[in-house]
Amino acid sequence: MSERQLPAIYPETQFYWDGAKEGKLLLNACTACGNRPFFPPRPFCPHCGSREVTVIEASGRGRLYSYIISNVPAPGYETPFTIAVVMLDEGVKLVSNIVDCPPDPEALELDMPLEVTFEQRGTLAVPQFRPAKGGAA
Amino acid sequence: MNRATIAIVGAAETTKMGKIPELSQTGLHADAALNALADCGLTVADIDGIATAGHDVAEIAQYLGVSPVWYDGTSVGGCSFITLVRHAAAALEQGLCNTVLITHGESGRSRHAAHRPMFPSMQQQEFEAIYGPVLPPSRFTLPVLRKMKDDGLTEEQLAMVAVVQREWAAFHPRASAREPITVEDVLSSKMIAYPFRKLMCCLVSDGGGALILTRADRAKDFPTKPVYLRGAGGESVEGPMISQMESFSSSKAFRISGREAFRSAGISHSDVDHLMIYDAFAHLPIYGLEDLGFVGRGEAGAFIAEGHTRPGGALPLNTNGGGLSYMHSGMYGMFALQEAVRQMRGVSPAQVEGAKLSVVHGVGGMFSAAATVVMTNEDRW
Repeated sequence: MSERQLPAIYPETQFYWDGAKEGKLLLNACTACGNRPFFPPRPFCPHCGSREVTVIEASGRGRLYSYIISNVPAPGYETPFTIAVVMLDEGVKLVSNIVDCPPDPEALELDMPLEVTFEQRGTLAVPQFRPAKGGAA
Repeated sequence: MNRATIAIVGAAETTKMGKIPELSQTGLHADAALNALADCGLTVADIDGIATAGHDVAEIAQYLGVSPVWYDGTSVGGCSFITLVRHAAAALEQGLCNTVLITHGESGRSRHAAHRPMFPSMQQQEFEAIYGPVLPPSRFTLPVLRKMKDDGLTEEQLAMVAVVQREWAAFHPRASAREPITVEDVLSSKMIAYPFRKLMCCLVSDGGGALILTRADRAKDFPTKPVYLRGAGGESVEGPMISQMESFSSSKAFRISGREAFRSAGISHSDVDHLMIYDAFAHLPIYGLEDLGFVGRGEAGAFIAEGHTRPGGALPLNTNGGGLSYMHSGMYGMFALQEAVRQMRGVSPAQVEGAKLSVVHGVGGMFSAAATVVMTNEDRW
């Protein structure tokens, strides 16, 4: 099996991957919009266009917003595996796998609480989500 | 009283359909183009505008021997050919050219192609593809469980989309899949990406199609029954990152594109006799019916399951069998256009009696883009 894909990292997104190496899930947020977070990172706000953008550390908590259980081949993945969209508590959505959880609809209830963990991939850490320990986030 | 300004005078698909291992992608474009030229009695020397998607428009022009004064290579995925119809109409109205050829060819099954059909997205690669949604069945399907929970859409309703479209495909000798299927057949077919099973996913086919457009005042010079554009159609994009859709129950690009097409045509939903909604997967007609406003949010699954879109129903939808049963080359939009032209000419094997107005709506990428056009066989309204 080939290796899992590594992200192509660009100057505007380097901080995100640097943060992940330190176990932090970092987001951009717009100062002009009252520190409203957005995703994916960019040096301006997709809602108002302001360049007054900061970096915040997300709580790492979210909920299972939607998913599929894939039998479609993907580099480095053994099928079946879960591809999910996570709604972070900060109100932004992102794609992740659901780890430490069987790829089974019985185990994957929409809106179940999740927490971030990090998968070592080469020299990078890739944010992943797993069922939250201790139930409701 | 409005008069039609733009007409589709030539339309044809490739000579063969489905499995065409003897032709390259370039060859499929050319076969469809030559058939469309023959359909309306033109030669390549008559073409002064050319457009295609998923393939370098310059290569198609050179291969065919066309020396255009106008070209368009807008490539946003499978709806691009619907987009190109309205772009061609705008160019013709501006006098930028006189006779436009739009071609599609794709060796989806036999894989005799040189290109990626779409631009790779930097952010989709960096933040989504690394988690495994690298092919359409594991990416296009991601919003659907959310919609099922929020709107009450069921697996049985998704299965009914495939069942009803197979009923339409049975009329078409050129359709790849014509055997009747049941909900049970769909729900027991191989799991591809839960909750999507094989029969909820499109075919993988070889084929192509081409259209020839000109100004409506010339339309009567051609041997074919003209099919007119009504209004300017619509188009929009939401973007390639599926996680960033504003809503998982609805496509913003669909809503904007559909709204513009209905507004500029001056039509209401009850005026529509025939409808094509690009169906790479079974959920697309459901999003399409809701986002175009034919039914309310959350109502399309039941609307299809109740039989309103099947043969004999009030709103005939995807009357060629669609990407699920007719063919799906990869960028299917051209085949939705071809069936709408056949319906407006009155020559579809699944002809809707007396149909005067057809809406063609397509998706590009995976909820990334959309385009809509309205066709009619009446030259004034």
